[in-house]
Amino acid sequence: MLKKISKFPFKGTPEQEAQLKALIEENKHDSSMLMHVMQQAQLIYGYLPFEVQVMIAEGMDIPLEKVYGVSTFYAQFSLSPKGKYNISVCLGTACYVKGAQSILDEIAKQLGISAGECTEDGVFSLEASRCIGACGLAPVMNINDEVYGKLTPDQVAGILAKYKEA
Amino acid sequence: MYRSHVLVCGGTGCTSSHSHEIIEKLESEIAARGLQDEIKVIKTGCFGLCALGPIMIVYPEGCFYSEVTVEDVPEIVEEHLLKGRMVTRLLYDETVQADEIKSLEQTKFYAKQKRVTLRNCGVIDPENIDEYIAHDGYQALEKCLNRMTPDEVINVVKDSGLRGRGGGGFPTGLKWSFAAKNSADQKYVVCNADEGDPGAFMDRSILEGDPHCIIEAMAICGYAIGASEGYVYVRAEYPIAVKRLQIAIDQAKEYGLLGENIFDSGFNFDLHIRLGAGAFVCGEETALMTSIEGNRGEPRPRPPFPAVKGLFGKPTNNNNVETYANIPQIILKGAEWFASMGTEKSTGTKVFALGGKIRNTGLVEVPMGTTLREVIEDIGGGIPNGKKFKAAQTGGPSGGCIPADLMDTAIDFDNLTAIGCMMGSGGLIVMDEDNCMVDIAKFFLEFTVDESCGKCSPCRIGTKRMMEMLEKITEGKATLEDLDKLEELALYVKQNSLCGLGQTAPNPVLATLKFFRHEYEAHVVDKKCPAGVCKALLNYKIKEDMCKGCTLCARKCPVGAISGTVKNPHKIDTAKCIKCGACMESCKFKAIIKE
Repeated sequence: MLKKISKFPFKGTPEQEAQLKALIEENKHDSSMLMHVMQQAQLIYGYLPFEVQVMIAEGMDIPLEKVYGVSTFYAQFSLSPKGKYNISVCLGTACYVKGAQSILDEIAKQLGISAGECTEDGVFSLEASRCIGACGLAPVMNINDEVYGKLTPDQVAGILAKYKEA
Repeated sequence: MYRSHVLVCGGTGCTSSHSHEIIEKLESEIAARGLQDEIKVIKTGCFGLCALGPIMIVYPEGCFYSEVTVEDVPEIVEEHLLKGRMVTRLLYDETVQADEIKSLEQTKFYAKQKRVTLRNCGVIDPENIDEYIAHDGYQALEKCLNRMTPDEVINVVKDSGLRGRGGGGFPTGLKWSFAAKNSADQKYVVCNADEGDPGAFMDRSILEGDPHCIIEAMAICGYAIGASEGYVYVRAEYPIAVKRLQIAIDQAKEYGLLGENIFDSGFNFDLHIRLGAGAFVCGEETALMTSIEGNRGEPRPRPPFPAVKGLFGKPTNNNNVETYANIPQIILKGAEWFASMGTEKSTGTKVFALGGKIRNTGLVEVPMGTTLREVIEDIGGGIPNGKKFKAAQTGGPSGGCIPADLMDTAIDFDNLTAIGCMMGSGGLIVMDEDNCMVDIAKFFLEFTVDESCGKCSPCRIGTKRMMEMLEKITEGKATLEDLDKLEELALYVKQNSLCGLGQTAPNPVLATLKFFRHEYEAHVVDKKCPAGVCKALLNYKIKEDMCKGCTLCARKCPVGAISGTVKNPHKIDTAKCIKCGACMESCKFKAIIKE
């Protein structure tokens, strides 16, 4: 799958770097822990900037080519930062047959971005996700950790407004 | 002793509709009335009837409250738990008959079910090992370690006829015997919990509702094949399942049920969790193991099979969650008991995740051989909004569809294969007359194009070319010749791909071509989408007799495709129209239709 790579400059803090170093130190003797380290690194930074991938490669003594290969292979790893509110619309089958595409289209229309992008002010990012398993509530979307179920396109504006004010 | 137990569903579906807040509120309301020593609140796994969530059951009465909100909680505590009067307005209407409460087992949703792998889901607290032990937990492991030889264990599993529930349907006992036969200094047991089929969530529900049964089953497998280490590979999208499995592993270690010298038998077994990172192909066993090793999850050719050379190059046995969930029961109750359920060649039960256009969405477990009609009409409660059943999709992106005239097919591995379908992991998505089958085939192909790992060209390039042909069809640009080409290419991809993903990716296309060729032809020949889904083939029209000439639609149209004067019927210029639907939404007189 094609990944959107960030054009934003890298802005890591010393605290984040210390956390990452400790994480690498703990796992560097076991190369099978690479994915675990990358998952945790994404939690620390919110995404996996190229600079972080370099630190992981050097720290774990794994070729950068392999780290980059893994980061682009799995959907979970994001190479560009997410918005303050990340909207992920489930496009699993159960949601799709109940009209999830029209929900995604409506949000894209309202925010003026397409799936995989972030609004210029950095408030919203939008993505289409795989099945999250809440099929009983289809169609479903997540905004950060909050789940919205049984959606219709006309609810979208109201839900987005709540976050715009916040 | 408590006089009442309140069970609240803590599965992903109900948690998404805030069941955790209901639990907090319940506890505080109960404490406020000083009832905390009389009433116990338990957070359980999934009850199965996700459509009615959040769900709460109060025992001993067995009251089934559905769609409970936080605001309802004080009333339930005050009226029911304190004064003993049920809150009838919240009871699931199927359980109330002539003012009498029927037990859950008597409702249509549960009556035809047989819960074997889901037996503890919604019954026990998954975060408390004592509750699992009280429900015969870890007895099967004790029986194996102290009273059976590894060969005897494998023979029981063989005799039960259990087949892999992850999709392939390979006999589990036979698989175990392969791994047992190979000697090595280290072997591994792997559990595939990378449930990638969109719309299937039984593995997640088992891990969330009964994690100890997977631990017990994996330890039994370890004993049978001679492995001392195991890995569970779970989707990262399942945070609740991961958390509960980790709690369960920690508790099992504390009780000495994992670790060294289990039950004083000299047998050691340790278990690790590895998280997936969102790659469908990792459901394929060789790709899954490559991923556990920390690599891109690309599959590799078989042979060598994992039983010879698997995880870290060592003999490995890999089964999926639902398969393992059957094992402790088979050991305790015997192979004959298990083989007595289901059909001759597909024994036992199967869990289906009912979704889509069906009233009772949720998880159901039925004996193999139950007909699709029973599952959809009796258990699922039929299609909502008076619509007509069109097809059921099984097996997700690797499966096919079952049309209405085959609804009396008894569902088992071989019957589904015979009609060009596939059991798959058990996703069962119901579609009604509003769903376009070409669009559904395109939806699944889009998924496999995206998820193809790219290692082999039939899958990487073939699925992409198929996708382009489907796009042509849904845009009304295809010819009948394209349909034949599509079918030819589909068969080529199926025969020549490296792994299960590519070999099954064309199935949704082949199945819809087989059963719904007329719909494809309508797109190609008549340039029409009969279900009204494919946008490019739709035309918006204003019904002259209904239009009042209010001009609202003309003002809403973003491209100025609507013309007309005040109080006279308007017209849409189909050449300019971008089919956004804004006019139809805005019309107060329902004068705009799409056809």
